[in-house]
Amino acid sequence: MGRYLIRRLLQFIPVFVGATLLIFIMVWAIPGDPIAALAGDRVLPDQVRQEIRDRYNLDDPLIVQYGKYMGGVFQGDFGDDFRGRPVTDLLGQRLPITVRLALLAFGFEVVLGIIAGILAGVRRGGFVDNLVLISTLVVIAIPIFVLGFLAQLLLGVRFGWFPVSGVQRGLYSYVLPAMVLGSVSLAYIARLTRTSLIENLRADYVRTATAKGLSRRRVVGIHTFRNSMIPVVTFLAIDLGSLMGGAIITETIFNIPGLGRAVFEGVQRQEGTVVVGIVTFLVLVYMVANLLVDVLYAVLDPRIRYE
Amino acid sequence: MSDRDRERLFTSSPAPVVASFEELEAEPIIRREGSLYADAWRQLRRRPMFIISGILIVILAVMAIWPGLFTRADPRACDLADSLLRPSSQHWFGTDVQGCDYYARTIWGARVSITIGVLVTACATLIAVLLGSVAGYYGGIVDTLIARLTDIWFAIPTILGGIVILRSIFSTRGLLQVSLVLIVLGWPTMLRLVRSAVMATKEMDYVDAARALGVRNIRIIRRHILPNAVAPVIVYATITVGVIISAEAALSFLGVGLQLPAISWGLMISVAQNRILTAPHLLLFPGAFLSVTVFSFILMGDALRDALDPRLR
Repeated sequence: MGRYLIRRLLQFIPVFVGATLLIFIMVWAIPGDPIAALAGDRVLPDQVRQEIRDRYNLDDPLIVQYGKYMGGVFQGDFGDDFRGRPVTDLLGQRLPITVRLALLAFGFEVVLGIIAGILAGVRRGGFVDNLVLISTLVVIAIPIFVLGFLAQLLLGVRFGWFPVSGVQRGLYSYVLPAMVLGSVSLAYIARLTRTSLIENLRADYVRTATAKGLSRRRVVGIHTFRNSMIPVVTFLAIDLGSLMGGAIITETIFNIPGLGRAVFEGVQRQEGTVVVGIVTFLVLVYMVANLLVDVLYAVLDPRIRYE
Repeated sequence: MSDRDRERLFTSSPAPVVASFEELEAEPIIRREGSLYADAWRQLRRRPMFIISGILIVILAVMAIWPGLFTRADPRACDLADSLLRPSSQHWFGTDVQGCDYYARTIWGARVSITIGVLVTACATLIAVLLGSVAGYYGGIVDTLIARLTDIWFAIPTILGGIVILRSIFSTRGLLQVSLVLIVLGWPTMLRLVRSAVMATKEMDYVDAARALGVRNIRIIRRHILPNAVAPVIVYATITVGVIISAEAALSFLGVGLQLPAISWGLMISVAQNRILTAPHLLLFPGAFLSVTVFSFILMGDALRDALDPRLR
C-alpha cells in the first residue's frame, strides 16, 4: 500500500505542473493588453503602466511568471486581482456558496441514485428497471441548462414551490439548483449501481449465500450491495470534484454568486489573475479528488495494488 | 461529471461469461454466422431503441443538409413588426425578438449542431486512433509520454477549459474555432479507449502468429489489431457526437461559443434566457430540438454497445 501511495503521489506532481502551466499559458496568451483594458478609454501614463507591469511581473518571460506565481500559490498567495484585492479573499467569499451547492447536489444524487439503481438492478427487465433506464437516459440527454430553465420555469415560477433565483432564502434557495446540478450525476449513479449490482448478483458467492439459506434481503442488502458499491464510490469521489466545475452553468442560471460565476465573470472581464487563481484551485481540488479515488479504490479492492 | 466517468459508464465493464445455470438452459445455443458486425446488424434491426434513434438521426441529418425541405421561410428574413409573436398557424414556433420565424431558425440550427458534433468526433477519433494505436502497440517511452499528456488534459474540466481557451485565444469565434477547441479538449478520453482496446487485442494469438510470419508492425496494426479493437470506439464515438453537441450548446449559451449572426440552438437559448417569463416558447423549441438530438445519439450508442459487445449477450 505504501509503495502504491508513493507512486501515485509522484505521478501527481508532473500532472499538476502540466495542467496549471497549460492554464497559465492559455490565460496569459491573450492577444491585447490587459492593462489597456483596465484603463478603458483613458491613456495611462507610462510610469503607471510600468508600475503595474512590474507588480504583476508582466515583463518576465511567461515561464518565469509561472514560476513566481506557483511560488506564491504554495504559500497560500493566489495573486491579486486588478483592483488589488487578493484572489484568496474572493475564494474565501465564494467557495462556501459553491461548496454548499455541491454538497446538497451530492447528497441528492447519492441517496436517490443508489436507491433507484438498486430497485432497478434487483429485478432486471422489470417495470422499475425499464423506468429507471429510460428516465436516466432522458435526464442524461437534456443539456443541463435546458433542464435548469425548465425547472426554474415550472417549479419556481409556475408552481412557486422554490425560490426562482438568488440565495436570499437561506439553504432553501439552494435546493432547486442543487437538484439540477446533481441530476445528470444521479442518472449516472443509478445506471452504474444497476450494472454493478446485476454483475455481482451473478457471482458465485451470491449463489453460495443463497444456497446457504440466507434470505434474499440479506443476500442483496449485505453481500452483493457492498461489493457493488466499489465502482459507485469511486465515481462519487471524482464527481465531487467535477460538481465544482459543473456549477458554472447552474450558478449562471440561478444567479448564485459562487465560484463558477466568479470564474466566468473573470473571463468576461479578462481578469487573468482571478481566472488563473480560481481555475488553479479547482484543478487542485479535482486532482486531489482523483487521487483520493485511486487510493480509495486500492483500499476497497486489493487486487488493484498488485498490478 | 468528467469524461473519464462517461467513458467508464458507456463502455462495458467485464461481465462473467457464463451467468448461471438457469440462463444457460434458458437460452438456446445460437450458432454464429458471419462476422461480429453481420451478427450485430441482425440483432440491431430488431431493437426498437436502434430503430427509433436511427430514424431520428436520419431526420436530423436531412434537416442539417437540406433545411429547405422543412421550411420555406428564410431564417434571416425578419420583420420587426412581428417581434415576439406566440406560435400560430403562420409561424408554427412563433417569432423571436427581431421578428424572425422561429420555426425556420430552429430547423436551420440543426446544421451547426450536427456539423460540429460530427466534425469534432471524427477529428478526435482520428487523432485518438493514430496516437492510441501507437501508444498501445509499441508501449515503452512513447506510451508513457502519451499517457502523461492525457493525464494533464484530464485534470482540466471540459467546460472550464473551453471557456478559458475560447475567451482568451480567439477574438472571433465561429464554427471552426469552437470545433477546434472541442477537438483539443475531446481527444484524450477517446485515446485512452483506443489505447486499452489495442493493448488487449495485442495479446491475441493471431497477432503473435502474424508477427512470427514476419508481417511488419504497421500492417499488423492496420490489418489485425484495429479492425478488432474498433467496436468500443464506434460505440463511444456515437455517444460523443451527442456529448459534443451538448457541449457546443453549453458554451454558446455561456456566451463563449458561437456568436451572432450564427444560428445555433445554444445561442438561441442564451438569447431566450432573459425572456423566459414573457416568451417561454423561445426557450422550449430549441431546447426540445437540442435534447432530442443529444438523446438520439446517446440512445444509438447504447443500442450499438448492446449489439457489439458479445460479453453482454
